[in-house]
Amino acid sequence: MNESQAPKSSFRERFLRPLVVPVLAILTSLIVVAIIIIITAENPLIGLEKVGTGYWGIIDGALLSPRGLVNTLVATAPLILTGIAVAIPFHAGLFNIGAEGQFMIGALLGTVVGIYIDLPPVIHIIVTILAGITGGVIWGLIPGVLRAWLGSHEVINTIMLNFIAIALTNMIIRNYIKDPNPSTVQSLPLLETAQLARIPFPGVASSRLHLGFFIAVLVAIAAWYFLYKTTWGFSLRTTGLNPDAAKYAGIRPKWQYVLSFMIAGGIAGLAGIMEVQGLPRVLPVGFNAGYGFTAIAVSLLALNNPLAVIPAALIFGLLTVGGDYLQIRAGLSVHIVSIFRALILLFVAAPEIVRYIYRIKVKPEEAEGVPIPRTRWGS
Amino acid sequence: MDVIALLFTAGTLQLAVATATPIALGAFGGLFSERSGVVNIAIEGMMLTAAMSASFVSAYTGSLYLGILAALISGALMAALHALLSIRFNMDQIISGTVINFLAAGLTGHLYQTYLVPPQWPGSVGTFQTISIPLLSDIPYIGQIFFQQGPIVLTMLALAFIIHYVIFKTPWGLRTRAVGEHPEAADTVGINVYLMRYTNVIIGGTLAGLAGAWLTLEWIDNFTINMTTGRGFIALAALIFGSWTPFGALGAALLFGLANAMQIRLQISFPEVPAELFQMLPYVLTIIIAALARPVPPAAVGQPYEKE
Repeated sequence: MNESQAPKSSFRERFLRPLVVPVLAILTSLIVVAIIIIITAENPLIGLEKVGTGYWGIIDGALLSPRGLVNTLVATAPLILTGIAVAIPFHAGLFNIGAEGQFMIGALLGTVVGIYIDLPPVIHIIVTILAGITGGVIWGLIPGVLRAWLGSHEVINTIMLNFIAIALTNMIIRNYIKDPNPSTVQSLPLLETAQLARIPFPGVASSRLHLGFFIAVLVAIAAWYFLYKTTWGFSLRTTGLNPDAAKYAGIRPKWQYVLSFMIAGGIAGLAGIMEVQGLPRVLPVGFNAGYGFTAIAVSLLALNNPLAVIPAALIFGLLTVGGDYLQIRAGLSVHIVSIFRALILLFVAAPEIVRYIYRIKVKPEEAEGVPIPRTRWGS
Repeated sequence: MDVIALLFTAGTLQLAVATATPIALGAFGGLFSERSGVVNIAIEGMMLTAAMSASFVSAYTGSLYLGILAALISGALMAALHALLSIRFNMDQIISGTVINFLAAGLTGHLYQTYLVPPQWPGSVGTFQTISIPLLSDIPYIGQIFFQQGPIVLTMLALAFIIHYVIFKTPWGLRTRAVGEHPEAADTVGINVYLMRYTNVIIGGTLAGLAGAWLTLEWIDNFTINMTTGRGFIALAALIFGSWTPFGALGAALLFGLANAMQIRLQISFPEVPAELFQMLPYVLTIIIAALARPVPPAAVGQPYEKE
């Protein structure tokens, strides 16, 4: 390579090359899902037609119409936040399958504060958000501490905590904060002072867009700065890359584990409470929409980079909202979206498959995928 | 005191052994996989897929036995995918397991809505009936608990002994443990590491499949979305707590079964206490048990093997 070529190829290396696998992963997933739809349809022709109307329905319904676009942005906000809640522990070498539970407990604690504590307008919003973050931090602290000091694996613990969070939230809604009036089981409404402002959107009568989306983008930028530009972020990443080397450098991995899970929990909790404050303004039973699980695919599609989480979340937000159009326009089940999620996760986490399918050649030293910790049980 | 007495009646313990079954079978499935060096958090997904296949095939063919067969095959297929991803494509085994779990949730949900709801749904063919083993089931107390059970429960109890023998007393078991502990050494003495891992992960899949069959062919007679509700993950905790041995895993599974049976009984005895409080019991127990366990996992578990 001669020197004059260096800057040009560095742009390609830095910005285009990392896009190859994610883009091909999405493309391949679309093809595989189309095959599944065709196989399970009454006959292949009807199947093909369903694929066409369904896929066009996603684009047309969830992206091109103003209302659809607003709904997509609304669904993207919690995915950005929960995506970061998965990405940060990944950098510390831990796998957070618990964003779902942290999201729930954040929503629960925030809702209680939003209903019962009477405060002046702006202060009430802030206190409610802080309560949501606190709920998430507590729920993140449990697996963090268990991992750091007892060596019990965060994967099992976070999954169990998800189930506990769902049961706990439903129990508290049903027995303590239930709205006596409506027939559906849900909490009392948040006081008006605790609700997030809705933002008007051109062409949409009563826009559901709320401040949550913008807060999520700000958090993504802050998380990126934290990870790559601060000493704390450096310590966290060093721990993830090599805990033994981190110890030599004076970093205590145990604290990094706890810290990463606290930050993750807090961000997931923020997502949870803003979902209540911005949209239904009540906490219904069965609130969990699976954002915490989709977040894993979001984070890996973004190669665990908080800034790249924004477009990755947008893609999944589009699919989440698009799922409804798959059902309405093509009569397909919304579960198709879960299959998408699994396949995208599959192809980004195993780039070797994508390279194998598309015969992409790479030099061995470049053939690394997502920086994921190799996991083992016990400590 | 009446309540305590109720919790230890033969009826409650019989229920405990029954509800321990999918957890024990899932743990046995994980045992084959992890003993050979492949982490398996996909038990949940294999179980779910198998539960749906069992329900689907038994309803459409009218045969419970074909339902079992479908469960075993679909469990094995999901396991084969997990093996392919983690062995051939070197994917992180936890991520691969997560992929399988997501895929299972999506596929079963899609197929359920396409084929398993009216008007297409032909209706279920019921469940396996309880079998009383002659003589053994006449033993007071113990007999009812262990020997008056459905066929899958009884199979599970027999499998604990069989798997113990296979893993610890046969050349196959020795080779399996060798590739899980030290694949390089196993390779040098001529053991095909990849083949051992593929085979063991797939055997594990069939066992997780049997656990799924228990759900829709023996426990209740129809499939519901995400009906495994974490049993596959609890199975994993039982496996770890049981130190990757069949009897250890069975013991841990029985503990979960007991918690589950008590939870069901307590809900009936204390209708004024929120049911969710009791429902949390098995999950809380899993966390406590995972924290107390001091596991020494197979040394090479989670590590992909690359032949020199």
